[in-house]
Amino acid sequence: MKLFNFRHNTFKHGVHPPEHKDETKGLPVRQFSFAPVLILPMSQHLGAPSQPVVREGQEVHRGQLLAKAGGYMSVPLHAPVSGVVRKIGNVPAISGKMGQGIYLEAFHYSTQEIAEGTPIDLDTATPAEILQGIQDAGIVGLGGAAFPTHVKLKIPEGKHCDALIINGIECEPYLTTDHRVMLEQAHDIFTGIRYLLKATGADKCVIGIEANKQDAADHLAGLIPSDLPVTAKVVPVKYPQGAEKMLVTAILGREVPSGGLPIDIGAVVINVATTAEIGRLLPHGLGIQERVVTITGPGVKKKGNYLIPIGTPLRFVLEQVEADENISEVYMGGPMMGVAVSNLDISITKGTSGIVVFTEEQVKRPDKVYPCINCGACVDACPISLTPNKLGILAKFEAYDEMAEQYNLMDCFECGSCSYVCPSHIPLVQYFRLAKTTVRKRKAAKPSA
Amino acid sequence: MFKKTLHISTSPHLTKGIGTDDIMRNVVWAMLPVALYSVWSFGLGALVVLATSTTACVLTEHFLAKISKKESTISDWSAAITGLLLGLTLPPGFPMWMAFLGGVVSIALGKFVFGGLGYNVFNPALVGRAFLQAAFPVAITTWHPVYAPDRFTTVPSATFTAPFMEPSTVDAFSGATPLSAFKFDHVVTNSYDLALGLIPGSTGETCAALILLGGLYLIARNMMNWRIPASILLTVFLLSGALYLANKEAYPSPDFMLFSGGLMLGAVFMATDMVGSPVMPAAVWLYGALIGVLVVVIRIWGGLPEGVMYAILLGNAVAPHLDNLIRPRVYGTVKTAKKS
Repeated sequence: MKLFNFRHNTFKHGVHPPEHKDETKGLPVRQFSFAPVLILPMSQHLGAPSQPVVREGQEVHRGQLLAKAGGYMSVPLHAPVSGVVRKIGNVPAISGKMGQGIYLEAFHYSTQEIAEGTPIDLDTATPAEILQGIQDAGIVGLGGAAFPTHVKLKIPEGKHCDALIINGIECEPYLTTDHRVMLEQAHDIFTGIRYLLKATGADKCVIGIEANKQDAADHLAGLIPSDLPVTAKVVPVKYPQGAEKMLVTAILGREVPSGGLPIDIGAVVINVATTAEIGRLLPHGLGIQERVVTITGPGVKKKGNYLIPIGTPLRFVLEQVEADENISEVYMGGPMMGVAVSNLDISITKGTSGIVVFTEEQVKRPDKVYPCINCGACVDACPISLTPNKLGILAKFEAYDEMAEQYNLMDCFECGSCSYVCPSHIPLVQYFRLAKTTVRKRKAAKPSA
Repeated sequence: MFKKTLHISTSPHLTKGIGTDDIMRNVVWAMLPVALYSVWSFGLGALVVLATSTTACVLTEHFLAKISKKESTISDWSAAITGLLLGLTLPPGFPMWMAFLGGVVSIALGKFVFGGLGYNVFNPALVGRAFLQAAFPVAITTWHPVYAPDRFTTVPSATFTAPFMEPSTVDAFSGATPLSAFKFDHVVTNSYDLALGLIPGSTGETCAALILLGGLYLIARNMMNWRIPASILLTVFLLSGALYLANKEAYPSPDFMLFSGGLMLGAVFMATDMVGSPVMPAAVWLYGALIGVLVVVIRIWGGLPEGVMYAILLGNAVAPHLDNLIRPRVYGTVKTAKKS
């Protein structure tokens, strides 16, 4: 029993990287131009890849189904532009590997009208029909994880959802995507919340917003429809508050059990841009064709928040925003958890929340790795109270099993706070990723009795 | 259009930007006022000791790295800290060759044999000091007066003693620091003089106010765990206070205990050595309390007038075990349940 819970407003530990959001947070979302050829990987989400239902040479109109879901843990893909399927083959992915995908050539003079599908009527649809509608719309978590949303919304047998939490935290530095969505798409967000409340049967809904987006919080709070059990809660700015578990703790003051999901303590967390997309697409039976992306960083001239068609090649995007020709680092997602791009011929996918660009001179890379001096900065940073100092030493000796069994390695969700604060520049989270992968592989290789 | 090949790395792509060398350098800055005051109050005798021990440590660090065919590690500033700290624990006028030897031992036996920075179990400066105390018990308890009028013109006669020779003690006196005065003669020194450094002692042990100032600077810059000095000083204060209340005749007052000897220097600059101290808050409190208790026990019941050095060395020895014993509860787990 705790008499006072001082931490109810946020989670324990965490870090405060410089925000760099001022450059773009005041810029309204603008429509990006259509690239001549879109590159559409079939694997834009976690789970099974989509399966193409068009053939090479086929003409498609904007919004038409290009690929169907490859199973339950998968979503379909719709044409972001009217055009012709040039090729179905291997396309480069952000991971550096090639995967199946579609090259879609846009028609130059098309009006780019969207063909509507079968609407999901909010009043008559059952929860199952809403989930189906969300899958059919190709919706995945737009915060960056790209986890199929309908899977997340499926409440397991015997569990109840007390609170639907809308994630408007956006704790990654540089990104202002969710901020703009909250300011500009309030109507879609509340429509989305209606669908989500019905689908999950949640008792209430809380929109979690960090204090650096007070204007968005005030804006949304003023527009909450009177018939909805929705509140907007402002929490202190701290990374990684946007992580699902941390957000649940910040909003509800409860901890998600180790190895469990938020629904285990009655919560479902959905990103705010995903919510807006549900509210925008489902009433018209549309599929997702574009998303808001923050393009920023010192290597870009025309910084801003853009509505970019899915599949737009990164090279085209960087040319349009007049990126410096000496760019050396491009992050997809934020700089804390995003991926450094190795190839400009990949494209904007459903999970791309931001693109942050640096030239060689602008990157501050640590020059030297020192030994661990046991300063404890990582221990004070870890949001789940792991001991990264100990884990780091064990990782050096490749004692991965001990890390997992005695030091809760598998609870690490790789937020990178430990590496961020380490004065010795030890690549802690990088060690832990390797360790986790190895432990998983060993487990898979050794069937448990 | 884009010229370069892209540089790839795994996230996070940002670092906080405070390096280990920054921390070490700031510790040196924090100790500088103490060292400067020492030179001001003791004169050339202190300057020579501090300069010698620091030079010895840095040189030893450099050459040991060269011998083991590694890049020199003096740029991380940790050897400079060790040297300065060692010098601050030695009496002014301490023979130069002994101070130099102490510096060599600090780095070679206190740090290098364990694997260098980050791997030493004990505070290297205290290892050197313990060696000197064992090897030269007389020289290390030979003191010089503060504010001697000729302190900037003459160097104490013992300073340039030839190696392995008995140092001269014509201008020094033995065994009369406030702690030994109390222990052996039951003479109490004014706490106010102690706090401001108006009394004889080791070069850096005298001015408690400047030591605390250096500590506050490091705490403000988030480069020192405030719990360590807090717990040590609090324990010493409470324990000696209880003893003092029980018998004012037999035991020294708590403020005398706090401000005398090397307690301040040890609590602020030595026990806080990150490598040798624990990390978990509860473990840190225990570590500090242990050191505090040992200081009081050694000072009052032990055979030595001062016990800070041994108290911290013992604290260093148990620190890793304290961290292992007291682990934080991981998010989403139950404290008692050990994962199978």
